[in-house]
Amino acid sequence: MSKNIVLKKGLDIPVNGAAELCLSKTVSPDIVAVEPTALKGFTPRLLVKEGDKVLAGSPVMADKKNPAILLASPVSGTVKEIVRGDKRKLLAVTVQADDVQEYLKSEPACGSAEEVKETLLKAGLWPFIIQRPYGITADPAAVPGAIFVSAFSTAPLAADTEFTLGGRVNDIQAGINALARIAPVHVGVADSGSTFAKLENAEISVFKGKHPAGNVGIQIAAVKPIQKGDVVWTVSLLGLAAIGKYLTKGIYDVRRKVAVAGPAAIETAYVETLPGAPMKTLAGFYGGSDEGIRIISGDLLSGKAVGADGYLGFYDDTVTIILEGTEPELLGWAKPVRWSQFSTDHSYFSWLTPWRKYDMDTNLHGGPRAFVMNDSYYAKVLPMDIFPLYLIKACLAGDIDKMEQFGIYQVLPEDLALCEYVDPSKNNIQDMIAQGIDLMLKEMA
Amino acid sequence: MKKFWLATVDAFSTFLKVPGTVTRRGAHVRDAIDLKRIMIIAVISVVPAAIFGMWNVGYQHALAIGDGRLQILANFWYGFLKVLPLYVVAYGVGLFIEFFSAGIRNEEVNEGYLMSGMLIPLIVPVTVPLWMLAIAVAFSVIFVKEVFGGTGMNIWNPALVTRAFLFFAYPSSMSGSQCWISLKAGENVVDGFTGATPLALEGASAQYGTGIWDYIIGTIPGSVGETSVIAILLGAAILIWTGVASWKIMLSSIAGALFVGGLANLGGVGIPAWEHLILGGFAFGTVFMATDPVTSAQTECGKWIYGFLVGALCVTVRLFNPGYAEGMMLAILLGNTFAPLIDHCVVSSTMKRRAKAAAKTA
Repeated sequence: MSKNIVLKKGLDIPVNGAAELCLSKTVSPDIVAVEPTALKGFTPRLLVKEGDKVLAGSPVMADKKNPAILLASPVSGTVKEIVRGDKRKLLAVTVQADDVQEYLKSEPACGSAEEVKETLLKAGLWPFIIQRPYGITADPAAVPGAIFVSAFSTAPLAADTEFTLGGRVNDIQAGINALARIAPVHVGVADSGSTFAKLENAEISVFKGKHPAGNVGIQIAAVKPIQKGDVVWTVSLLGLAAIGKYLTKGIYDVRRKVAVAGPAAIETAYVETLPGAPMKTLAGFYGGSDEGIRIISGDLLSGKAVGADGYLGFYDDTVTIILEGTEPELLGWAKPVRWSQFSTDHSYFSWLTPWRKYDMDTNLHGGPRAFVMNDSYYAKVLPMDIFPLYLIKACLAGDIDKMEQFGIYQVLPEDLALCEYVDPSKNNIQDMIAQGIDLMLKEMA
Repeated sequence: MKKFWLATVDAFSTFLKVPGTVTRRGAHVRDAIDLKRIMIIAVISVVPAAIFGMWNVGYQHALAIGDGRLQILANFWYGFLKVLPLYVVAYGVGLFIEFFSAGIRNEEVNEGYLMSGMLIPLIVPVTVPLWMLAIAVAFSVIFVKEVFGGTGMNIWNPALVTRAFLFFAYPSSMSGSQCWISLKAGENVVDGFTGATPLALEGASAQYGTGIWDYIIGTIPGSVGETSVIAILLGAAILIWTGVASWKIMLSSIAGALFVGGLANLGGVGIPAWEHLILGGFAFGTVFMATDPVTSAQTECGKWIYGFLVGALCVTVRLFNPGYAEGMMLAILLGNTFAPLIDHCVVSSTMKRRAKAAAKTA
């Protein structure tokens, strides 16, 4: 039996350039980067040297605090370079891929909860499991109350999971069966007719609503809000498919269909590729140079600008390409009608043309100011039972008690991304929340 | 020093064009709305009241000198010339301080004062000496806004504090029956004319058959912009539609006024409760001042309580304090003072309820 949950608040940003539902090509990148930076709470320790041979699935890094957590190479080949940043911070390990891919073979066992954990840790698939509160790489010793999976994304231009993963229901089911031994699994789907609504061994909830209804954090808050002391885990559908593949075939295969989208993309489509694949392999979609455009691994609201020299993020299944909005706009805000711009605010007139989509760019459309509008201005795009502005201000003040009271356990920056989008004071709200979470992690450790 | 002037230069250049600043962190795309747009909408919503107010200044002058002819343009021109200096002083002094403090703080100039400066000339008597106005504006912008950190950080509405400063520092220029009517040098009031506001006369129509329609249209003496309920309602429609101001505050303020006024009526005190809504500064204050998003209550439930408090306090002051004929200014300032407390109560009770509910399901 599935539960229906209707979320009234939210906003679907009407931006042009959704990826067409066709697989345009399969990319087998020559070079793949293993980046630890996308993993929150993971402090990398190198396990390889330049010149080492690795197989697809061989561990490349381990977590310093918990050496059982491994990050694996998605390809077989030779370690080419160890990339370090300021203070010798490890940024990436690049691997030159072999022509013929060899996988590290194993016989996964998943009889008990402990066995499942051990298998996933050894396979290098553990980083797919995120722990809330705080959205960190899960602690294998923790006992989660539940495991949540969102089977769809509502973020602007995000990949359509029906298209990317609809064919891998068996893998996903195998993943759920294994994880269900650790804790009850909840799956949020967009529609009761969805492929994923038929998944077994999990509690299915149907979420109706605009973005961020597809965010797993919003779904958790609607099903069972996280309180102090609770621990829950989340896994992306993508991660679940990789886990299932490993459990059934015994290989570390994180290939995925990635949506290449955005108003500045020359062509929009899906490609099959690997996490850590260089953006250069997608040059055909943006024309080779990233001058004047922004290449984002992830969605428009919470993705990371990586540029043409960057790589596809570990968790990402969307690449978004938009124009940099460096062109000043004469009289902008003073024009009665701003035809080419979208605004949720009624002082502009986009509400008259709800069918229109816009070629958005990265212009800030204003300057940074103190918060002037009050809580409800932000709450209208956040389908969660919290006071967003109070939480943001508590984060700014670094007040642990207040953050706790106002629901820091329930949110990740991505959940408040729309608050940031609509903010007329142009504050970096996701950053503020991230700072609050970092402070909580430091103080609560 | 160079940096100090940057804020000023930047304010003028961003006024003409939206700069090519791009998002650096967080969401890569942003809504087209900014504070400039929100403030300009708020300013536009006050324009009908301002225009009517200017005309009314001329009209009251004509009545006072016994010129009964209806001269719309001439009256407007007379009022315009009287009100214009008020605007020049209010914006000149206020914006100078705003630019100066933005320069010191090394921030962009905030648009908040555009609205305050629009309101200030409309809530003072037209005859207020300009030097008094300048001092009051300087006091309120510096000590009510900038010391707290500028727009968004202030506790009280700066425009109202300007009025309160004038009211307590120079009471003789702010009340009575002379201050509301502007006269040219050498002009004399005709016999039997009083410039007192109907509120001060407890609704007794003195000399010009003041009736309900005069109150609603606004052809009565009073502060420049506060008299016309129709013009104010036009502004209210703009504010509510664009969501700049909260209809909840407006509605609950009306409810609060009717509640106290009604109670008093039951005891046989005061004018009919509903007349409070169309007299004096009630409508103007409810629509433009009480709803200031910075100084009003933040939470939805808090807005109901806050609005009710403002309305109720206003009528209470009007009815039971013989010293002040008008209570709106003090009611809103007191409401501003209590708004954080109201929010605190609303938020903590919501949190407690939630914790209880969570404990039950767990």
